[in-house]
Amino acid sequence: MSERLKTTFAGIPFKNPVVLASGTCGFGRELDEYFDIGRLGGICSKGLLSHPHGGNEGIRVWETPSGVLNSVGLENPGVDAFIRDDLDWVNAKGTVNIVNLGGHSLQDYLEGAEKLNGAKLDILELNISCPNVKSGGMNFGTKTEVAREIVRAVRAVCRHKMTVKLSPNAEDIVSLARMCEEEGADGVCLVNTFLGMAIDIQKKAPVFQNVYAGLSGPAIKPIALRMVHQVAKAVHIPVMGLGGISTWQDAVEFIMAGAAVVQVGTATFMKPDVSMDIIDGMERYLEENGYGNVEEIRGIL
Amino acid sequence: MAKILGNRALGENFYLLTAEQENSARRGQFYMLRAWEHYPVLSRPISVFDADGGTVSFLYKVVGKGTELFSTLKEGQEITLDGPHGNGFPALPDKRRIALVGGGVGIAPLYLAARTYKEENPACTVDLYLGFSGQPVLTREFEAVADGTTVNVGGFVTDDIDPCAYDAILACGPTPMMRALYRKCTKSGAKAPLYVSLENRMACGIGACLVCTCKTDLGRKKVCKDGPVFLGSEVFGDE
Ligand SMILES: Cc1cc2nc3c(=O)[nH]c(=O)nc-3n(C[C@H](O)[C@H](O)[C@H](O)COP(=O)(O)OP(=O)(O)OC[C@H]3O[C@@H](n4cnc5c(N)ncnc54)[C@H](O)[C@@H]3O)c2cc1C
Ligand SMILES: Cc1cc2nc3c(=O)[nH]c(=O)nc-3n(C[C@H](O)[C@H](O)[C@H](O)COP(=O)(O)O)c2cc1C
Ligand code: FES
Repeated sequence: MSERLKTTFAGIPFKNPVVLASGTCGFGRELDEYFDIGRLGGICSKGLLSHPHGGNEGIRVWETPSGVLNSVGLENPGVDAFIRDDLDWVNAKGTVNIVNLGGHSLQDYLEGAEKLNGAKLDILELNISCPNVKSGGMNFGTKTEVAREIVRAVRAVCRHKMTVKLSPNAEDIVSLARMCEEEGADGVCLVNTFLGMAIDIQKKAPVFQNVYAGLSGPAIKPIALRMVHQVAKAVHIPVMGLGGISTWQDAVEFIMAGAAVVQVGTATFMKPDVSMDIIDGMERYLEENGYGNVEEIRGIL
Repeated sequence: MAKILGNRALGENFYLLTAEQENSARRGQFYMLRAWEHYPVLSRPISVFDADGGTVSFLYKVVGKGTELFSTLKEGQEITLDGPHGNGFPALPDKRRIALVGGGVGIAPLYLAARTYKEENPACTVDLYLGFSGQPVLTREFEAVADGTTVNVGGFVTDDIDPCAYDAILACGPTPMMRALYRKCTKSGAKAPLYVSLENRMACGIGACLVCTCKTDLGRKKVCKDGPVFLGSEVFGDE
């Protein structure tokens, strides 16, 4: 891989600006059988909680036009098991190791952050935006002043670089991002899934036990792109952009809108190694258009 | 991409698609099938109906957008076959009498199961119980690989089987059918272990997204990776 795609995010070098998004790639082991995940710019873990959690009951995925609704509800083995079983393996891959931390309460977040302080990782991605957990999760991430409490408290504890993953369901995503900057976050990541719904008209009941679920995939791309553009204009900390990216052209759009790094989520379900196509396509685009480095197209709009 | 060697309509919206792809697919495993680029978003999980080292075939029923697109494929066209995935049906070297019970399109994985159990142990007997809601399909093919074949049309295929007559029972079909069979096995005091193949909705198909997990007596497991085949007692045991 050439120098063209190399970049830095919050002082951390990335070999390219393509990261796999939380919850769509496990801890990387399964996809590593399709391609060397060491070729990625980074990988973001499934959302972890301080303690193991079984997640939501009932149907968890529902296909929609150009998207999917999911209601996993942060099923995860807990921070301790992740550190014990997977952390070293990911670190040995030589890609930026991003760990996504969720919580059901402030206490939960703090416990998780403290446990992760002792672990080797590159970025802690604080998830205040999961729509699939009823107590907490997105509730923390929709109102700026409620979110401030969590971000401030975790920032005070967390010794790692820390980004905050924002919810597109926020009342005001720009003010939320500004708040993160004020509270000392090293970057922001957006977007998580949009709150959506599906109804089974035969059963005359909601498809999901939680009634609402999170929408991702190509369907959300234009809205996510607009939000990344607005946020990148408003803050001085770097932005990781995602939401519906499934081709290299999409990734270039997000970078032009101001993202320093992009994440690929749902598209991995369409093609497990789509991230490799995205990396190759971006490289070709930069070369053909005479750019020496991807940072030359960042935020040009 | 795999080249399609045939895609035959069997009636009742069932199709048998055969494609050329090197594989080591085993009974009870599945592939993620895709015959389009971006839309629909998700690939479709379909069980292996039959496989040898160079070809693999799928018995599927048209129920929605994805399977409808599969049904339009012609010989010579291509399809993406990602797999094989999952644990598959177990080896049963010491079981003499094996029953395979399928409901609806759940009959699909039973063909390769019957064929290979007989090949591995010619001394065992393999009986098939096939449940259809409409006109049965491929019954002659199924009969050719099993000792006894019972076809049930419109009723409950679980009514036809005496669980006590077997050393192992394997089932695939709608969850209520498999649950009923589990209850029948427990009630009758059958000694045979019951294996069930679950059909949870999937996204990645490889164990990376957790949308397919099911409750078991040992915590949640991934149907796509730890399954799709589980012991009935593991998944229905607490009912
Ligand atoms: C492990 C496994 C093996 C399977 N083997 C077979 C087989 O051999 N033959 C066969 O005909 N079918 C099989 N199925 C069911 C098959 O996956 C669905 O019928 C198919 O995905 C429907 O797609 P569609 O686009 O036609 O329907 P749509 O209703 O348009 O599909 C919408 C979404 O729902 C999912 N979905 C719909 N019905 C089911 C279902 N019953 N199970 C799981 N997901 C579903 C689809 O995958 C898709 O994501 C299997 C399912 C699993 C999980
Ligand atoms: C099945 C699934 C599970 C997810 N789990 C998490 C999670 O645990 N933590 C998190 O921050 N985001 C999670 N997400 C959200 C994605 O990381 C991403 O923000 C979102 O899907 C939008 O990007 P995409 O359209 O590229 O998928 C999940 C998404 C999906 C589809
Ligand atoms: S379908 Fe993704 S983990 Fe099973």
